[in-house]
Amino acid sequence: MSSENLDLTLMIWRQESSQSVGSFEEFKVSVSPDASILEMLDELNNRLEKEGKNPVAFESDCREGICGTCGLVINGHPHGKIPNIATCQLHMRNFEDGETLYIEPFRAKAFPVLKDLIVERDGMDKILQAGGYISISTGGVPDANEMLISKETSSLAMDAAECIGCGACVAACKNASAMLFVGAKVSQYALLPQGQPERYRRVQSMVAVMDEMGFGSCTNTYACEAECPKGISITNIARMNRDFIVAKFKSQDEDS
Amino acid sequence: MGWILKFVDSSIGKKFVMAVTGLSLILFLIIHLAGNLTLYISEEAFNSYVSTIDIIKPLIRVAEVILALFFIFHIYNGFRLWYENRKAKSSKYKVNVSSKNSTIYSRTMIISGSIVFIFLILHLSTMWYAFNFGEHGENHSYYKIVLDWFSNPVYSMFYVFAMVLLGFHLNHGFQSAFQTFGWTHKKYTPFIEKLGTLYAIVMAVAFASIPIYFLFFFGGK
Repeated sequence: MSSENLDLTLMIWRQESSQSVGSFEEFKVSVSPDASILEMLDELNNRLEKEGKNPVAFESDCREGICGTCGLVINGHPHGKIPNIATCQLHMRNFEDGETLYIEPFRAKAFPVLKDLIVERDGMDKILQAGGYISISTGGVPDANEMLISKETSSLAMDAAECIGCGACVAACKNASAMLFVGAKVSQYALLPQGQPERYRRVQSMVAVMDEMGFGSCTNTYACEAECPKGISITNIARMNRDFIVAKFKSQDEDS
Repeated sequence: MGWILKFVDSSIGKKFVMAVTGLSLILFLIIHLAGNLTLYISEEAFNSYVSTIDIIKPLIRVAEVILALFFIFHIYNGFRLWYENRKAKSSKYKVNVSSKNSTIYSRTMIISGSIVFIFLILHLSTMWYAFNFGEHGENHSYYKIVLDWFSNPVYSMFYVFAMVLLGFHLNHGFQSAFQTFGWTHKKYTPFIEKLGTLYAIVMAVAFASIPIYFLFFFGGK
């Protein structure tokens, strides 16, 4: 265990509500290098509450990098500069003594700030409701290996399913595009046999809602892939594009 | 027909239009460059190349209309995407890390595209206009028109500058079109990226070499 505490300057985004104008507030903290960034904020909030001040509002749930609830932009990087980890897995030992940290909420028009570092991400839930499922007959448990699938394909589907829906791709994108998220969700079903019956209907529904929610269009800068805490590949966006274009050209429906 | 309008109005549809028109313009540039390179052979070679095109003028006019449509759709969609995407990202971060997670070519498509657009207008109103509608006396030479324009250092330097930015634009645009169509593959995508960069360099260098050749070496005379 490392011993010496780190003295850091935190510039944290404070904003009362989605209507109000936000600004940075400066805090000086002394934190153990073994603390996570969320634990550092917990300590800061304990201190603020003792002083009778308003604690910094931020979201977290599992704190082990799988739920996708936490999401802070630290010095410009969604989930911080260390690749392939969520905010909750970012430890203070990755920072230098005396460093200044700018901590901001995810920024996108589709993600309005609710308070301080908390943003509304229900646009992503609405996309999932539009097609992030498969319709199956309930009943007995099917026999194992009843549906044959190659290891390569199932691995690709699992890689896509790693997406925790945190919204870092939207936060990192200069266009606030949600295409890495939607691409991953479309792919995880499109690759598997169970996803086939609804494959082309799904991609059209999910993309339609994505467009309605005010997310931007992908311009292939690939910042999303670089910042994704789960390393979701941009080939998932390509798969979504391909399925969407095929769906539009093959559809027998004259209106869509 | 309704479905086509809805398709090209969707986020992926707009990208699709950019990719189809972009790749078409990429093919056009190769043909354009091949013609330009006859300038290096001789004055007669270039003049006879332009005169040969004149013989099939009606066909060329049809091709030009199609080409103009590609340009219009590409430019209109490009500006529209840029405007809508700016609206979708209403505020920026205090610390900008875009240079760490993306290439400069991909982030500056609107800038490189706009400069190439300005170049296009200038190019049409000077060279293209002079070739098609200029007063041609006896013994006129298309080669001389080129020589005259490129003797102007401001014109030539802007030409070179625009061609460098065209290279930036093509470097991102080429591989980006394949990604939009969904044509990605572990084996072929790295090759396509390299091919796109090579294509961008060849186009920028070859097109830019012509004004440099005329401005500093007077077309070798």
